[in-house]
Order: sequence, then C-alpha cells, then structure tokens
Amino acid sequence: MKIFLKLTFFFVIISSLILSRANAAGEQQELLKVDWSFKSFFGKFDRASLQRGYQVYTEVCASCHSLKHLSYRNLAEKGGPEFTELEAKAIASNFEVTDGPNSDGEMFERPAKLSDKFVMPYANVQEAIAANGGAYPPDMSVLVKARKGGANYIYSVLMGYDEPPAGMELDDGVYYNKYMYGNKIKMSSPLDDDIVEYSDGTKATIDQMAKDVTTFLQWTAEPHLETRHKLGFRVIIYLSVLTVLVYFSMKKIWSRIETKV
Amino acid sequence: MSDHEYTPKSKVGKWFNDRLPLLTLANHLTDYPTPKNLNYWWTFGGILTFCLITQIITGIVLGMHYVAHADLAFQSVEHIMRDVNYGWLIRYVHANGASMFFLAVYIHIFRSLYYGSYKSPREVIWIIGMLIYFLMMATAFMGYVLPWGQMSFWGATVITNLFSAIPLVGESITNWLWGGYSVDNPTLTRFFSLHYLFPFLILGLVVLHIWALHVPGNNNPIGIDIKKPSKDTVPFHPYIVIKDAFALLIFLLIFAFFVFFSPNILGHADNYIEANPLVTPAHIVPEWYLLPFYAILRSVPDKLLGVIAMFAAIFVLVILPWLDTSKVRSTVFRPIYKQFYWFLVADVLILGYVGAMPAEGLYLLIARVATAYYFAHFLIILPFLGMKEKTTPLPLSITEPVLGGSADMVMARNNSDFKEKL
Repeated sequence: MKIFLKLTFFFVIISSLILSRANAAGEQQELLKVDWSFKSFFGKFDRASLQRGYQVYTEVCASCHSLKHLSYRNLAEKGGPEFTELEAKAIASNFEVTDGPNSDGEMFERPAKLSDKFVMPYANVQEAIAANGGAYPPDMSVLVKARKGGANYIYSVLMGYDEPPAGMELDDGVYYNKYMYGNKIKMSSPLDDDIVEYSDGTKATIDQMAKDVTTFLQWTAEPHLETRHKLGFRVIIYLSVLTVLVYFSMKKIWSRIETKV
Repeated sequence: MSDHEYTPKSKVGKWFNDRLPLLTLANHLTDYPTPKNLNYWWTFGGILTFCLITQIITGIVLGMHYVAHADLAFQSVEHIMRDVNYGWLIRYVHANGASMFFLAVYIHIFRSLYYGSYKSPREVIWIIGMLIYFLMMATAFMGYVLPWGQMSFWGATVITNLFSAIPLVGESITNWLWGGYSVDNPTLTRFFSLHYLFPFLILGLVVLHIWALHVPGNNNPIGIDIKKPSKDTVPFHPYIVIKDAFALLIFLLIFAFFVFFSPNILGHADNYIEANPLVTPAHIVPEWYLLPFYAILRSVPDKLLGVIAMFAAIFVLVILPWLDTSKVRSTVFRPIYKQFYWFLVADVLILGYVGAMPAEGLYLLIARVATAYYFAHFLIILPFLGMKEKTTPLPLSITEPVLGGSADMVMARNNSDFKEKL
C-alpha cells in the first residue's frame, strides 16, 4: 500500500502544479463565492432558477450578447430549464429568422422553430462592435467555461460595479468593476432592482438576477452537466466494485507463489 | 509452462497457423517470463497502451464530427459537445486522456531512470521510447490546436515561430510549416492530418518497443540479470495480467474523476474563446506536460540557443544509456545516485512550475539555475558518478531478497555469498 501513498504524493504534486498555474495570472481581487446547486458530485441545476435566468438573459443580455451555439429546442430538453415543448415553441415563435430560398428563389422571413439556432442580436461582429463603443459583447454560449473562476467570476462581475477608487480616471463609456480583469469594463451595470418581473413571484433583486442568469449561463456552457454527474457517479461505483473484485482475484492468483503483491 | 500451450485444433486454424504463426504467438505472450518482484511502477507500460488505444478510438469518433476549417472548427467542437450523442463524454475523455497519457508516461520514464532500465542491453527499448515520447508531444501539441480557441491559435503561433530562429532558412521553414504567412486555415488542416497520422506511427513504435523489450526481458527493481524462466520469474499470464488490470483500474478511477467531475481543470479557460488573430491572450501557456521544456526554452536569452537548448533537453535523454557510466542498474544499490535522482525529479518539477510563470525576475533566475542543473545532471554528474560511486553489493538472484526475511538479513547473506565467490 506504500506505493499508493507514493502515487498519491505524485498526483498531489502534479495537480498542485496545475492549480498554481491556474492561479498564476491572478493579482485580481478574490472572487465572490456562491454555493451553486450545480457544484459537487451530485450537483444539479435549480430548474426554477434556470427559467428565471433565461428570462433575465432574454430581457437584459440578449440585446447585445448572442447565444449562437444554442437552439430553441435546447430550452425544452432534459437537464436544462425544461420548458414544456409548447412553451419552447412559443418562445421560438417570438423571433424572426431568414429562410430560403423558396421555390421562387426568394429568401423569406418566418417565425423561428425549435430547430433554429438562437437569433443573434447583430448581423456580424463588426456591427456588434460598432454598436457598443468599440467593445465586442462576447457570445455567451460557453462564457462560463471561457473565464477563469467560471460561474463565480460571472456572478462577481455582475455584482462588482462600484464607484472607481480616488485617482482613477475613466473614459466615457468605461465603467469600474472590482472583479473585471484590469478593473475596467465597457458594459454599464446591466442589472437594476426589478428590471425584470419574475412570473413565479421571486423578488428580482440584483443579487437574485445575477445568480439566476449565471446559473442559466452555466447550463448554456455545459448543457449535459446533470447527465455527466449522474453517469460519473455510476462509473465510479462500477469501477470501484470492479477494482475490489480484481484486487481479491489478484491476491488469490499470487497466493500460488510466495511473492507478495 | 508447456502444459497449457495453445495449438490450433481446427483444420482452418492449423492451415492458417502453418502459414502465419499468429495463433501460437499468444503462447509467447502468455508464457513470457517476467521477474516476480516487479512493483507497481512497472504497471505503467500496460496503462500507457490502454491510453494510446483510448486516444485512438475516441479520436477516430471525434474525427467523424469535427470540421477542420478555421471558420468551422470551434463551432464543430461545440456541436460535438452539445448535439452528438455522448459527444461531450468522448471529447472530455480524449482531452483529459491526453493529460493522463502524459502523467503515465512521466511516471514510466522516471521509473526507468530510477531502476536503470535504459542500460545495456535495453538501450534500443529506451531510444524507441524516447521517439514515442517525442511524437507524443508533437501529437498533443497539434491536437490542442484543433479546437481553434485562443490558446490553440496563439500556442501554435509561438511554437511554429521557434523555427524562424534557424539562421538563413528559418523564415522559409516557418512559412512552409504554416502553409502561408501566418497561422491560418492551411495550418489547421495540416495539423489535423498529422494529428490523425502520428498516433498510428506511435502505435507502430509501441509494437517495436514491446518487441525490443521481449528480447532481453523486463528489468526489475533489483536491476540484476536473471535466468529466464526460473524461480525468479512468473509467466506473464495470469500473474502480470491481473496485476496490470488492478493498477489500470486504480488509474481509471482517477481518470474518471477528471472526466466526470472536473473535465476542464487541466485545460486553459482561454481555449473556450474562439481564435482571434487580432487579440493576444495575457499569458500564452502550453499544456502542463510541456511546461518543463517551455521553461528551458525561455531561460536562454537568445532565441536560437533557446530552441537548441529545448531540443537538447530531449536529446540528452536519447543518449542517456551512454552518459550513465555506472554498470549497476538499480538505484537501490547506488546510494549517491539515489540523492541525485530525487534532485532531478525536484528540478523537473521546478522547471514545470516556472514554465507556467511569467519569464521575469526571480522566476527567470530559478528557471536558469534549474536548466543548468538539468544539463549538469546528465552531462556532468552521471558520467563521473558512474566512475566514482561505491555501490552496495548486489544480490545474486531476486528470489532471495523477495523470500528472505528482513532486508538486513538478505544483505548479510548476500555479502557472505559474495565473499565465498571471491
């Protein structure tokens, strides 16, 4: 068993190396930590929070930020916000997409269907940049995975708007944010109390909306997170049982000779 | 072990085996006499074979859905993650599999260094192993480029730019590698093509590696030559097979933990941002398994010399069998080398650490000292130590230390055996 101690030792060293690298860039302020429901071994999404988060996304973020890797059908899929199919269809039909060419060779507009990708707020990157004072509002599909600190980072940035410290000069259209890299952000604070009206009666505080939309973005980045956790648990159980069985088989086989394993 | 030797019974089997003795090759593999005192560090050969096969299978499936085009690659990876049935699982296994592969290969290499497995008569096994390691690094590097994220693009830019340090033809070579004047679509498509090819070259080298291993047979923790087959050996099947299986399962538990519960911890967040030639990331860092070499590269102030140092760091490993002049294989009997061995382990870990840090100030100083020590270990310490070191007496067979009581007893008996012989 000494060998496993050694192995663990190696493992710890190597993972600490990796983690130290992960922290290498950080002279930033420590992020706010939230006890997310999707963390941990059995982590699942809070369904109601996902639905509220979708509402915040559509009513607040979607005017600038795209979700180009998602389709409307994803909204009704298992492990996500789990709107009913009818609800998802109704959501999709609020958006117009260009289809075609039809039999006359003409492109035409029609309401979006479940199979359509999320409609983008801007026709192209250049338009998005032009409309936002030179800063591109990043696509949000995998934003949580694309930022060090993940969900905590997104939540922290949403909560991190503050008065700039004395002596800090900010240009027009630049805002101070405690958690943003370099503390400067071109997005003004997007959330305000009661900026959306939740249909389930939850009070729309900034904190609540930040949590909901972050949960939603965690799902858009990892739509199969629940399946992954569930399957992972089964795989670990299966492997553990098999390991024990193989261990005793090994002991039995090696007992034929005098050497220990 | 001829009592259970397999001979084909059926007519077709006999007919085939007479023409190609593939079926009786199994006899060689099952009976293959293996030292009975192999410890768990010897299980990584099997684990590595498993890793290679896993990477090939998951890679082939990913290749069915991936689109090697600068405009579509990122999107096709997201398509795999979202829409392909269990695509997320296949991709996470493949991505984390690369890290697990390198974890295993580093343990395998350091095991070889500890027990002197690279020494005569196993030099060719070692050199083939180093070729495999080199190809693995190239394959992993190109694989990391394929998702076409920010780290993919900028990592590719930094590494391919190294070749521009070559005098006179450097720029031409770099342009030739790129297939253009910067990292772009032609670079991506050729990396995809080569990333698909190299694993099969590795597979071929693995066959040669195992073939070369089966000529002298395994080294062992005592590092002495043993008679095969004898009291000192066990047949490969079932003894080693079951032990390898057990070790593999432990390895798989760690592997599964990464895949299912923190699949992105080994990667870099920036690689989930689509490649953008106009925006350079704050820190361009290679994957963790390349960091020691990256540190050596950056520790030399001159670009060309840095590149030479980096490749030399691998090359000294290739000629290691002739740099280590000691005839004694196992570190167990080399008290002074044992200390230097652990210094080297620490040195490589330090190089890995500073490789992840910005190349400035104290980090740069540490990187330079560690680089110097790395080369000193192989080029100065090993050749001289082998000539000067007083090794402790070797046992005559492995049965004695394995079956004997305490280590001291064994040592005492071996000493007396040794004297009698003299």
